[in-house]
Amino acid sequence: MSFNPRVMARPLWAALRALLVLTLVTGVIYPAVITGVAQAAFSGKANGSMVEADGREVGSELIGQTWNDADGDPDPRWFQPRPSHSGYDPGATGSGQLGASDPTLVETVAEARRQVATFNGVREDEVPPDAVTGSGSAVDPHISPEYAAIQTHRVAEANDLSADEVAGLVEDHIEGRDLGFLGNERVNVLALNLALRELAQG
Amino acid sequence: MNESLADILAVSALIVALVLVHRPLGDYMAAVYSSTRHLRVERWIYRSIGADPDAEMRWTAYLRGVLAFSFVGVLFLYLLQRVQNHLPWSLGFDPITPDQAFNTAVSFVANTNWQSYSGEAAMGHLVQAGGLAVQNFVSAAVGMAVAVALVRGFARFRTGELGNFWADLVRGTIRVLLPISVLFAIVLVALGTIQNFSDIQQVQTLTGTDQSVTGGPVASQEAIKHLGTNGGGFYNANSAHPFSSPDAISNMLLIFLILVIPFSMPRTFGRMVGNVKQGWTIVAAMGVIWLAGVIAVTVVEHQAPGTASQLAGGSMEGKEQRFGEGASSLFAVSTTMTSTGAINSFHDSFQGLSGGVLIFGMVLGEVAPGGVGSGLYGMLMLAVIAVFISGLMVGRTPEYLGKKLGAREIKLAALYILVTPALVLGGTAYAMANGDGEEAMTNVGAHGFSEVLYAYASASNNNGSAFAGLGANTEFFNTTLGLCMLLGRFLPMVFVLALAGSLAEQRRVPVTAGTLRTHQPLFAGMLVASTVVVAGLTFFPALSLGPLAEGLAT
Repeated sequence: MSFNPRVMARPLWAALRALLVLTLVTGVIYPAVITGVAQAAFSGKANGSMVEADGREVGSELIGQTWNDADGDPDPRWFQPRPSHSGYDPGATGSGQLGASDPTLVETVAEARRQVATFNGVREDEVPPDAVTGSGSAVDPHISPEYAAIQTHRVAEANDLSADEVAGLVEDHIEGRDLGFLGNERVNVLALNLALRELAQG
Repeated sequence: MNESLADILAVSALIVALVLVHRPLGDYMAAVYSSTRHLRVERWIYRSIGADPDAEMRWTAYLRGVLAFSFVGVLFLYLLQRVQNHLPWSLGFDPITPDQAFNTAVSFVANTNWQSYSGEAAMGHLVQAGGLAVQNFVSAAVGMAVAVALVRGFARFRTGELGNFWADLVRGTIRVLLPISVLFAIVLVALGTIQNFSDIQQVQTLTGTDQSVTGGPVASQEAIKHLGTNGGGFYNANSAHPFSSPDAISNMLLIFLILVIPFSMPRTFGRMVGNVKQGWTIVAAMGVIWLAGVIAVTVVEHQAPGTASQLAGGSMEGKEQRFGEGASSLFAVSTTMTSTGAINSFHDSFQGLSGGVLIFGMVLGEVAPGGVGSGLYGMLMLAVIAVFISGLMVGRTPEYLGKKLGAREIKLAALYILVTPALVLGGTAYAMANGDGEEAMTNVGAHGFSEVLYAYASASNNNGSAFAGLGANTEFFNTTLGLCMLLGRFLPMVFVLALAGSLAEQRRVPVTAGTLRTHQPLFAGMLVASTVVVAGLTFFPALSLGPLAEGLAT
């Protein structure tokens, strides 16, 4: 093929114009139209599914949070989320990246199992996998129904509620697999804790 | 419902949806690329470009168009990142460093979308929507254009003409990618994916801590990122992020988007060469390999033999609770066997053997079903090899679709097959030998080596996913992986278009009793075998040092 500079220059000029026109279509008009439709039809979701309590925003339904006391330790009054690589900072999503047999990960998991078991007063073999592993996003808003279940006694005690009441609350907040067969069963921690707060305040 | 049943239902539902859609979509794409009419908006675009959409191009002119458009794309995207602090919606982020900007520009133009950067902490909304997402559209359209040019090479006789690159580029974007993206972007927002141009929002949680919630035009980018098998995400966590994929339905839609064009293109091919059965063998070969991968990874992830996973009671490290092991496995295989590279869970923390399957999926050459366009032309190159091998077995001159496969054709196919192994193995060896590989590893032992191997496999095959423990934002990796992406994308395209040109010039070889029946199941089997054996023999030693060693040790 010919590498004559004039032959090469012509497509370059066309290419630049093509890029600019297609940028206008796919990089300006397209996101603008989608944003317009999204804001008009689904503004709550398009803006992050924010959750309000006491008349102010307290987070997003889709973004997990820490539930620690003033010292930064897990607060027994709240349901606790999964471990997070970034401490639930949405500015640093991602996971710890350790392999399934990595010796450091083995230690981390072992330590987490001890901590979760002691904290909730259950046996180590009752601790489910999601309670001792970091999520992919580091802001996973959900825990498994099993992890919620082993926390009920501790949460009930710390809030002066009956274990049955709290267990009922968990039961109400279990979301099944989507459409019955997609993904996993789960419990939204923020939604559960908000309901718990209402119950505790009577 | 128990876990295995849910997994089987999910995979079955996905397959049914793809089977239902591939025919109308494949036929539609064949009509789009064969049409002699232009939409009004397309006429306007052609006028702005200054191109005559009806002018036929020989392979050299077509290639010049591809290279010129891609070169300008790299330059534009590089500059956009370098000056982002002066642009609106920059969120206060600094300009990207030269080596990272080079890497990212090449990455998006080459349809790879390797993320050396961390989206939420580096890229403003304007660079995301006006730069990265634009390449998500057009790099995919370029891939489809090259595939269509190769198909025309098979379909046409005694001409050197392969169509018009500008017309193919614009039609792919306007008539195929854009409408589907609009539809799915809106569906994603309805499910909870965000779509705004907000700044970072500070909220105070119930416990009194502050949290910074990020915004952005995410849904519009998610849709094309998967449909165009691009994969570069808004976030470091990619589609594991709940703002990208809020539930298991959106997760399934994203997997569907990843697979729908690659699995429909063989139908387009069949239509355009005038025999849809020829497309069946291609799609069957793709489907068999993909399904085998899905089954293998799903089973291994559920068994979770890794030491840490055994202790934890499951393979949930790096995975989201709403997806779990099944939906994460399905996504992982679909993203690595296409050239997508988006993730909904971190592959680095998958079981050793699963990681091996994911790497194997990439080094097959991204053909099962592969990227939009690149999957089809990759599989057709392997079909040429398979026909050649079959021809050797029975001692006849190989013919495919009425074309003789002579020395020139086989040489071009062989060169095509050699490019990515040379880049993957050469790159990995170089990184390991000079110490940069070891320095960047997060993991130890065999898994650490897998991180480096994965990086070069991903870049050279234009996948873009990673064993993300590798600290790849260094000058060394930004440069070498950038070169791998560039060469891994455009060198093969040269060979594909050269082959298309030489095929189109041939006269039709009459079908005889001795002609290999390439539309029958036997040939699909031959194609699967050639694909697996070619990649298997090339990569077995490297795989045994990494994922196989790790997997067999547990």
